[in-house]
Amino acid sequence: MDKLKLVEQTLVTDDIPDFTAGDTVNVHYRVREGEKERIQQYEGVVISERGSGPNKTFTVRKMSGSVGVERIFPLNSPFIAQIDVKRRGKVRRSKLFYLRELRGKAARIQERETQNPKK
Amino acid sequence: MRGLIGKKIGMTSVFDEIGRSIPVTVVEVPAAVITQIKTEEKDGYNAIQVSSFERKEKNISKAVNGHLAKAGTSGKAIVKEFRDYAPEGLVEGDELTIEDVFSVGDIVDVAGTSKGRGFAGVIKRHNFSGVGDATHGQHNRLRAPGSIGGASDPSRVFKGMKMAGQYGNERVKVKNLSIAKILPESSLVLVTGSIPGPKGSYVELLNKSAEA
Repeated sequence: MDKLKLVEQTLVTDDIPDFTAGDTVNVHYRVREGEKERIQQYEGVVISERGSGPNKTFTVRKMSGSVGVERIFPLNSPFIAQIDVKRRGKVRRSKLFYLRELRGKAARIQERETQNPKK
Repeated sequence: MRGLIGKKIGMTSVFDEIGRSIPVTVVEVPAAVITQIKTEEKDGYNAIQVSSFERKEKNISKAVNGHLAKAGTSGKAIVKEFRDYAPEGLVEGDELTIEDVFSVGDIVDVAGTSKGRGFAGVIKRHNFSGVGDATHGQHNRLRAPGSIGGASDPSRVFKGMKMAGQYGNERVKVKNLSIAKILPESSLVLVTGSIPGPKGSYVELLNKSAEA
Protein backbone atom coordinates (compact mmCIF):
# COMPACT_ATOMS: atom_id res chain seq x y z
CA MET A 1 0.00 0.00 0.00
CA ASP A 2 2.84 2.39 -0.68
CA LYS A 3 0.65 4.51 -2.94
CA LEU A 4 -1.72 5.10 -0.05
CA LYS A 5 1.25 6.20 2.07
CA LEU A 6 2.25 8.58 -0.71
CA VAL A 7 -1.14 10.25 -0.52
CA GLU A 8 -1.16 10.39 3.24
CA GLN A 9 2.20 12.11 3.25
CA THR A 10 0.67 15.01 1.39
CA LEU A 11 -2.14 15.26 3.93
CA VAL A 12 -0.20 15.56 7.18
CA THR A 13 0.95 18.85 8.63
CA ASP A 14 4.71 18.77 9.12
CA ASP A 15 5.27 21.57 11.64
CA ILE A 16 3.86 19.62 14.57
CA PRO A 17 6.17 19.39 17.58
CA ASP A 18 6.96 15.94 18.87
CA PHE A 19 5.08 15.01 22.02
CA THR A 20 3.74 11.87 23.56
CA ALA A 21 1.52 10.60 26.37
CA GLY A 22 2.44 12.18 29.70
CA ASP A 23 3.53 15.49 28.20
CA THR A 24 1.77 18.71 29.09
CA VAL A 25 0.78 20.67 25.99
CA ASN A 26 -0.96 23.93 25.21
CA VAL A 27 -3.15 23.65 22.11
CA HIS A 28 -4.05 26.85 20.28
CA TYR A 29 -7.36 26.03 18.66
CA ARG A 30 -9.14 28.24 16.13
CA VAL A 31 -12.74 28.86 17.09
CA ARG A 32 -15.25 30.36 14.70
CA GLU A 33 -17.87 32.59 16.24
CA GLY A 34 -20.15 33.73 13.45
CA GLU A 35 -17.83 35.55 11.08
CA LYS A 36 -15.06 36.17 13.57
CA GLU A 37 -12.29 33.75 14.29
CA ARG A 38 -10.34 33.67 17.52
CA ILE A 39 -7.81 31.41 19.16
CA GLN A 40 -8.72 29.38 22.19
CA GLN A 41 -6.03 27.90 24.36
CA TYR A 42 -6.43 24.53 25.97
CA GLU A 43 -3.71 23.24 28.27
CA GLY A 44 -3.50 19.81 29.80
CA VAL A 45 -1.84 16.42 29.88
CA VAL A 46 -1.79 14.21 26.78
CA ILE A 47 -3.30 10.93 27.95
CA SER A 48 -3.59 9.10 24.65
CA GLU A 49 -2.60 9.08 20.99
CA ARG A 50 -4.29 6.93 18.40
CA GLY A 51 -4.35 6.41 14.64
CA SER A 52 -1.68 7.17 12.10
CA GLY A 53 -1.09 9.44 9.16
CA PRO A 54 -3.82 12.01 8.58
CA ASN A 55 -6.18 10.17 10.93
CA LYS A 56 -4.06 10.58 14.03
CA THR A 57 -5.73 12.10 17.08
CA PHE A 58 -4.64 12.86 20.64
CA THR A 59 -6.55 13.32 23.87
CA VAL A 60 -5.75 16.13 26.31
CA ARG A 61 -7.04 15.99 29.88
CA LYS A 62 -7.20 18.88 32.28
CA MET A 63 -8.91 19.63 35.55
CA SER A 64 -11.39 22.45 35.28
CA GLY A 65 -12.04 23.25 38.89
CA SER A 66 -12.89 19.86 40.34
CA VAL A 67 -14.21 18.46 37.06
CA GLY A 68 -12.00 16.56 34.66
CA VAL A 69 -12.26 17.66 31.02
CA GLU A 70 -10.95 15.65 28.10
CA ARG A 71 -10.73 16.87 24.53
CA ILE A 72 -9.80 14.84 21.48
CA PHE A 73 -7.98 16.76 18.75
CA PRO A 74 -7.27 15.53 15.22
CA LEU A 75 -3.53 16.11 14.96
CA ASN A 76 -3.72 17.40 11.40
CA SER A 77 -6.81 19.54 11.85
CA PRO A 78 -6.57 22.93 10.15
CA PHE A 79 -8.17 24.37 13.30
CA ILE A 80 -5.02 23.73 15.31
CA ALA A 81 -2.99 26.91 15.06
CA GLN A 82 -0.13 25.90 17.32
CA ILE A 83 0.90 23.29 19.85
CA ASP A 84 3.34 24.21 22.64
CA VAL A 85 4.96 21.47 24.64
CA LYS A 86 5.14 22.81 28.19
CA ARG A 87 6.56 19.87 30.06
CA ARG A 88 7.80 16.35 29.31
CA GLY A 89 6.34 13.72 31.58
CA LYS A 90 7.91 10.44 32.67
CA VAL A 91 5.32 7.71 32.25
CA ARG A 92 5.47 3.97 31.63
CA ARG A 93 2.45 3.44 29.42
CA SER A 94 1.05 4.94 26.26
CA LYS A 95 -2.52 5.40 27.47
CA LEU A 96 -2.87 7.22 30.77
CA PHE A 97 -6.52 6.45 31.46
CA TYR A 98 -5.64 5.65 35.08
CA LEU A 99 -5.38 9.41 35.64
CA ARG A 100 -9.17 9.57 35.52
CA GLU A 101 -9.33 7.78 38.85
CA LEU A 102 -6.77 10.00 40.52
CA ARG A 103 -7.11 13.48 42.01
CA GLY A 104 -4.74 16.15 43.25
CA LYS A 105 -1.30 15.03 44.39
CA ALA A 106 -1.81 11.48 43.18
CA ALA A 107 -2.47 12.67 39.62
CA ARG A 108 0.91 14.33 39.26
CA ILE A 109 3.37 13.10 36.64
CA GLN A 110 7.09 13.11 37.23
CA GLU A 111 9.09 15.27 34.84
CA ARG A 112 11.27 13.50 32.32
CA GLU A 113 14.88 14.61 31.99
CA THR A 114 15.63 15.52 28.41
CA GLN A 115 19.23 16.40 27.76
CA ASN A 116 18.82 16.52 24.02
CA PRO A 117 15.16 17.05 23.33
CA LYS A 118 13.62 14.65 20.86
CA LYS A 119 13.59 15.85 17.29
CA MET B 1 -20.02 10.97 -20.62
CA ARG B 2 -16.43 11.82 -19.85
CA GLY B 3 -14.60 9.17 -17.95
CA LEU B 4 -11.42 7.23 -17.30
CA ILE B 5 -10.36 3.87 -15.95
CA GLY B 6 -9.01 3.71 -12.40
CA LYS B 7 -7.74 1.26 -9.84
CA LYS B 8 -8.87 1.32 -6.22
CA ILE B 9 -5.93 1.83 -3.87
CA GLY B 10 -7.51 2.32 -0.44
CA MET B 11 -9.17 4.80 1.87
CA THR B 12 -8.01 7.65 4.06
CA SER B 13 -9.40 11.01 5.10
CA VAL B 14 -8.85 14.69 4.28
CA PHE B 15 -9.88 17.94 5.91
CA ASP B 16 -12.10 20.17 3.77
CA GLU B 17 -11.99 23.97 3.62
CA ILE B 18 -14.17 24.35 6.71
CA GLY B 19 -12.17 21.84 8.71
CA ARG B 20 -14.41 18.79 8.55
CA SER B 21 -12.76 15.42 8.20
CA ILE B 22 -14.01 13.78 4.99
CA PRO B 23 -13.49 10.08 4.20
CA VAL B 24 -11.96 9.61 0.75
CA THR B 25 -10.99 6.74 -1.52
CA VAL B 26 -7.66 6.89 -3.32
CA VAL B 27 -7.92 5.84 -6.97
CA GLU B 28 -5.00 5.43 -9.33
CA VAL B 29 -5.80 6.85 -12.77
CA PRO B 30 -2.86 6.55 -15.17
CA ALA B 31 -2.92 8.24 -18.56
CA ALA B 32 -5.18 6.29 -20.90
CA VAL B 33 -4.51 5.68 -24.57
CA ILE B 34 -7.36 6.29 -27.00
CA THR B 35 -7.73 3.06 -28.93
CA GLN B 36 -10.80 3.84 -30.98
CA ILE B 37 -13.12 6.75 -31.65
CA LYS B 38 -16.61 5.58 -32.52
CA THR B 39 -18.87 7.81 -34.55
CA GLU B 40 -22.57 7.96 -35.33
CA GLU B 41 -22.02 7.31 -39.04
CA LYS B 42 -19.67 4.39 -38.70
CA ASP B 43 -20.72 2.67 -35.49
CA GLY B 44 -24.23 3.95 -34.85
CA TYR B 45 -23.27 5.89 -31.72
CA ASN B 46 -20.59 8.25 -30.50
CA ALA B 47 -18.07 6.97 -28.01
CA ILE B 48 -14.44 6.95 -27.13
CA GLN B 49 -12.60 3.77 -26.32
CA VAL B 50 -9.60 3.96 -24.03
CA SER B 51 -7.19 1.49 -22.49
CA SER B 52 -4.82 1.70 -19.58
CA PHE B 53 -2.83 -0.29 -16.99
CA GLU B 54 0.22 -2.18 -18.21
CA ARG B 55 0.06 -5.92 -18.63
CA LYS B 56 2.57 -8.31 -20.20
CA GLU B 57 1.80 -8.83 -23.86
CA LYS B 58 1.85 -12.61 -23.50
CA ASN B 59 -1.03 -12.35 -21.04
CA ILE B 60 -3.31 -10.49 -23.44
CA SER B 61 -5.23 -12.22 -26.21
CA LYS B 62 -3.88 -11.70 -29.70
CA ALA B 63 -7.18 -10.20 -30.78
CA VAL B 64 -6.96 -7.45 -28.16
CA ASN B 65 -3.28 -6.91 -28.82
CA GLY B 66 -3.96 -6.50 -32.51
CA HIS B 67 -6.62 -3.95 -31.73
CA LEU B 68 -4.23 -2.06 -29.45
CA ALA B 69 -1.50 -2.18 -32.09
CA LYS B 70 -3.80 -0.32 -34.49
CA ALA B 71 -3.73 2.62 -32.10
CA GLY B 72 0.03 2.33 -31.81
CA THR B 73 0.15 0.90 -28.31
CA SER B 74 0.51 -2.49 -26.66
CA GLY B 75 0.38 -4.33 -23.36
CA LYS B 76 -2.71 -2.79 -21.83
CA ALA B 77 -4.89 -4.62 -19.34
CA ILE B 78 -8.22 -2.87 -19.50
CA VAL B 79 -10.20 -1.54 -22.46
CA LYS B 80 -13.35 0.47 -21.80
CA GLU B 81 -15.73 2.69 -23.70
CA PHE B 82 -17.21 6.03 -22.70
CA ARG B 83 -20.30 7.03 -24.62
CA ASP B 84 -21.03 10.45 -26.07
CA TYR B 85 -17.64 11.83 -25.23
CA ALA B 86 -15.75 13.30 -28.15
CA PRO B 87 -12.72 15.33 -27.13
CA GLU B 88 -11.88 17.64 -29.98
CA GLY B 89 -8.68 17.36 -31.93
CA LEU B 90 -7.74 13.99 -30.49
CA VAL B 91 -7.00 10.97 -32.64
CA GLU B 92 -6.47 7.32 -31.93
CA GLY B 93 -3.19 6.78 -30.10
CA ASP B 94 -3.37 10.02 -28.12
CA GLU B 95 -3.28 9.98 -24.33
CA LEU B 96 -5.86 11.28 -21.89
CA THR B 97 -4.63 12.21 -18.40
CA ILE B 98 -6.60 12.79 -15.19
CA GLU B 99 -6.38 16.51 -15.58
CA ASP B 100 -7.87 16.37 -19.09
CA VAL B 101 -10.99 14.71 -17.76
CA PHE B 102 -11.40 15.75 -14.12
CA SER B 103 -10.88 18.79 -11.96
CA VAL B 104 -11.27 19.25 -8.22
CA GLY B 105 -14.90 19.60 -7.17
CA ASP B 106 -16.38 17.70 -10.11
CA ILE B 107 -19.31 15.39 -9.40
CA VAL B 108 -18.49 11.82 -10.43
CA ASP B 109 -20.12 8.42 -10.56
CA VAL B 110 -17.90 5.42 -9.89
CA ALA B 111 -18.76 1.99 -11.26
CA GLY B 112 -17.02 -1.23 -10.38
CA THR B 113 -17.48 -4.84 -9.40
CA SER B 114 -18.52 -5.21 -5.77
CA LYS B 115 -16.76 -7.55 -3.36
CA GLY B 116 -17.99 -11.11 -3.88
CA ARG B 117 -19.59 -12.62 -0.78
CA GLY B 118 -20.41 -15.96 -2.40
CA PHE B 119 -23.61 -17.73 -1.39
CA ALA B 120 -24.70 -15.46 1.42
CA GLY B 121 -27.49 -15.91 3.95
CA VAL B 122 -30.44 -13.67 4.30
CA ILE B 123 -28.98 -11.60 7.15
CA LYS B 124 -25.94 -10.47 5.19
CA ARG B 125 -27.72 -10.28 1.85
CA HIS B 126 -31.03 -8.61 2.72
CA ASN B 127 -30.40 -7.22 6.20
CA PHE B 128 -32.87 -9.58 7.87
CA SER B 129 -32.59 -9.70 11.64
CA GLY B 130 -32.79 -13.47 12.24
CA VAL B 131 -35.42 -15.35 14.11
CA GLY B 132 -36.40 -14.98 17.74
CA ASP B 133 -34.34 -15.75 20.77
CA ALA B 134 -30.87 -17.12 21.13
CA THR B 135 -31.84 -18.68 24.44
CA HIS B 136 -34.96 -20.07 26.19
CA GLY B 137 -34.41 -23.50 24.67
CA GLN B 138 -34.42 -22.26 21.09
CA HIS B 139 -31.61 -23.40 18.85
CA ASN B 140 -30.56 -23.58 15.20
CA ARG B 141 -32.71 -20.58 14.19
CA LEU B 142 -30.45 -17.63 14.93
CA ARG B 143 -29.80 -16.62 11.32
CA ALA B 144 -32.85 -18.24 9.72
CA PRO B 145 -35.10 -16.33 7.28
CA GLY B 146 -38.38 -17.16 9.08
CA SER B 147 -41.65 -17.69 7.23
CA ILE B 148 -41.66 -17.30 3.45
CA GLY B 149 -45.44 -17.23 3.03
CA GLY B 150 -48.83 -18.77 3.86
CA ALA B 151 -49.40 -22.52 3.61
CA SER B 152 -53.01 -22.92 2.45
CA ASP B 153 -53.33 -19.50 0.90
CA PRO B 154 -51.59 -18.61 -1.43
CA SER B 155 -50.05 -22.07 -1.23
CA ARG B 156 -47.01 -20.92 -3.12
CA VAL B 157 -43.99 -18.71 -2.64
CA PHE B 158 -44.22 -15.30 -4.29
CA LYS B 159 -41.71 -14.45 -6.97
CA GLY B 160 -38.90 -12.25 -5.83
CA MET B 161 -39.05 -13.49 -2.22
CA LYS B 162 -35.86 -12.44 -0.49
CA MET B 163 -33.80 -15.54 0.16
CA ALA B 164 -30.20 -16.63 0.50
CA GLY B 165 -28.09 -16.71 -2.66
CA GLN B 166 -25.16 -15.20 -4.52
CA TYR B 167 -24.29 -11.79 -3.14
CA GLY B 168 -21.74 -9.32 -4.44
CA ASN B 169 -19.42 -9.71 -7.43
CA GLU B 170 -21.82 -7.66 -9.55
CA ARG B 171 -21.55 -4.30 -11.22
CA VAL B 172 -22.38 -1.48 -8.82
CA LYS B 173 -22.40 2.22 -9.53
CA VAL B 174 -22.05 4.73 -6.72
CA LYS B 175 -23.47 8.08 -7.76
CA ASN B 176 -22.73 11.71 -6.97
CA LEU B 177 -19.33 11.48 -5.33
CA SER B 178 -16.97 14.38 -5.78
CA ILE B 179 -13.29 14.85 -6.52
CA ALA B 180 -11.54 16.01 -3.36
CA LYS B 181 -7.99 16.21 -4.62
CA ILE B 182 -5.85 15.36 -7.64
CA LEU B 183 -2.17 14.41 -7.47
CA PRO B 184 -1.10 14.54 -11.13
CA GLU B 185 2.58 13.58 -10.53
CA SER B 186 1.58 10.21 -9.10
CA SER B 187 -1.65 9.84 -11.18
CA LEU B 188 -3.83 9.60 -8.11
CA VAL B 189 -7.33 10.96 -7.49
CA LEU B 190 -9.11 11.28 -4.14
CA VAL B 191 -12.84 10.67 -4.40
CA THR B 192 -15.13 11.42 -1.46
CA GLY B 193 -16.81 8.42 0.13
CA SER B 194 -16.46 4.74 -0.61
CA ILE B 195 -16.48 2.97 -3.97
CA PRO B 196 -17.36 -0.62 -4.93
CA GLY B 197 -14.90 -3.49 -4.95
CA PRO B 198 -11.81 -4.66 -3.12
CA LYS B 199 -8.49 -2.81 -3.17
CA GLY B 200 -6.73 -3.34 -6.49
CA SER B 201 -9.94 -3.69 -8.47
CA TYR B 202 -10.59 -1.68 -11.60
CA VAL B 203 -13.31 0.96 -11.64
CA GLU B 204 -14.80 3.44 -14.10
CA LEU B 205 -14.88 7.07 -13.12
CA LEU B 206 -17.55 9.11 -14.89
CA ASN B 207 -17.52 12.88 -14.80
CA LYS B 208 -21.02 14.28 -14.50
CA SER B 209 -20.01 17.91 -14.16
CA ALA B 210 -18.50 18.21 -17.60
CA GLU B 211 -20.81 19.05 -20.47
CA ALA B 212 -21.47 16.15 -22.83
